[in-house]
Amino acid sequence: MKILSSEITPYKTYLNRRKFIKSSVAAGVFIGASTGLQASHLDNDNLFENQLDENDSLNTYADITTYNNFYEFGMGKTDPSENSGNFKAKPWSISLEGLINNPQVLDLEKILNKVSIEDRVYRLRCVEAWSMVIPWQGFPLSEIIKIADPLSSAKFIQFVTVFRPEEMPGQKRRLLPWPYVEGLRMDEAMHPLTILSTGLYGHDLLNQSGAPIRLVVPWKYGFKSIKSITTIKFVDKQPDATWSMLAPNEYGFYSNVNNSVDHPRWSQATERRIGEFKRRKTLMFNGYEEEVSHMYEGMDLKKYY
Amino acid sequence: MISTNSFRKFKPIIFLAIIAPSFVWLFQLINSSLGVNPIEKLMDNLGEMGLRLIIATLIISSLSEFKKLRFLVDIRRMIGLFAFFYVACHFLTYIALDHFFDISFIIKDIIKRPFITFGFLSFVLLIPLALTSPKKMLKKLGYKVWKKIHYLIYPAALLSSVHFFMLVRANKIEPAIYIFIILALLLYRFYFKVIVPRLVQ
Repeated sequence: MKILSSEITPYKTYLNRRKFIKSSVAAGVFIGASTGLQASHLDNDNLFENQLDENDSLNTYADITTYNNFYEFGMGKTDPSENSGNFKAKPWSISLEGLINNPQVLDLEKILNKVSIEDRVYRLRCVEAWSMVIPWQGFPLSEIIKIADPLSSAKFIQFVTVFRPEEMPGQKRRLLPWPYVEGLRMDEAMHPLTILSTGLYGHDLLNQSGAPIRLVVPWKYGFKSIKSITTIKFVDKQPDATWSMLAPNEYGFYSNVNNSVDHPRWSQATERRIGEFKRRKTLMFNGYEEEVSHMYEGMDLKKYY
Repeated sequence: MISTNSFRKFKPIIFLAIIAPSFVWLFQLINSSLGVNPIEKLMDNLGEMGLRLIIATLIISSLSEFKKLRFLVDIRRMIGLFAFFYVACHFLTYIALDHFFDISFIIKDIIKRPFITFGFLSFVLLIPLALTSPKKMLKKLGYKVWKKIHYLIYPAALLSSVHFFMLVRANKIEPAIYIFIILALLLYRFYFKVIVPRLVQ
């Protein structure tokens, strides 16, 4: 992924920009303006600050890359950073399959030549009631959907994580039914906030963060944002998703961040922002309500959690 | 054979070994070297240690039935009190650090969430055990009453291991092992205390 290394500010520069600036635009709305921008912000100091919400500050690169849920590398939070050294994220290709006009296996390099990488500062809310603020680099998932050119019968998309037990020690044990799968409804997948990310803090994604390419859906619990994607399949019915298959009463297919629908075993009303002492109130749709709530109008979110 | 007297010499070493982790974690907390989510880590460490020590007292009780291992009973009180110490710290961390004395939320949490209910009940059951642990109390209450109170360790152990089992998302092996050990020890005790005496009669 040559794009990232040369064109992007090293993350130390980002750290120097960690100021709160009152922004008139919400983090999500800003993307409308930034679409099409190359991620060359050496000469654009305000890009990140403009995307940072008033009450948020970025989590550190160290925090983001050493506190991960990625069971493919083990169940502990530090396992992914400790056990992912043998994973080979290059070369990489993604298979586009299912109800589409252009089924194909695409080299990641080729994909990256066709899209422009943007900065997206998003809150990430884990279903376990902790959260972070992460400066991702990536591109809208809709770009890939355009390449695939789905048939009108395609209503959902299923994503599949790579299965390589030799490189992913967690996959040698049946911690979860491998490979990990996730899914989105087509309108969620097309939503401009939904991105495929290839980097954070201006670095290529590290293995523990889902290298080389992962989904980021900021208004849903973190486990929906599937990592190290090899297959994107267009289907007509709601596809399987690993956690919601495993414990359907605890993890729904939608899994939108919802402070009024508790996990059966713990409250979702508050969260611990990593790096902060006191808990914060969890925001509806993780603070992206304005941008995404229209997709769920008329749906009983207590039923479709 | 190890005598109770010679075993006593080891007591200070065991004391230090069991209390040391709490100082290490306190230091790490202050030093912010307890990982990225220190409060969660501290709470997990304290709770796990408490449960392990509870199980240790159960194992000691069963082992000390054997005459040759009777000396072990000498350290049971200390380990039991440390179990209470760690469980109490675990509970305090939950109240003070995790929820910052948001008492109305905490009460709701305890009532509403079975895993927290179980953990809380376990803590409550341990209180009379800790209070009646001094030798004076044993004499005051008489061995029979004292013994009955201290059978509460079994429901407390079961509740806290189930608390642990329900809390974890997928890695249920460790809590399952704890539940298995507790049930096995309970059955073993039940067999020798209830079944065998009846067979003998």
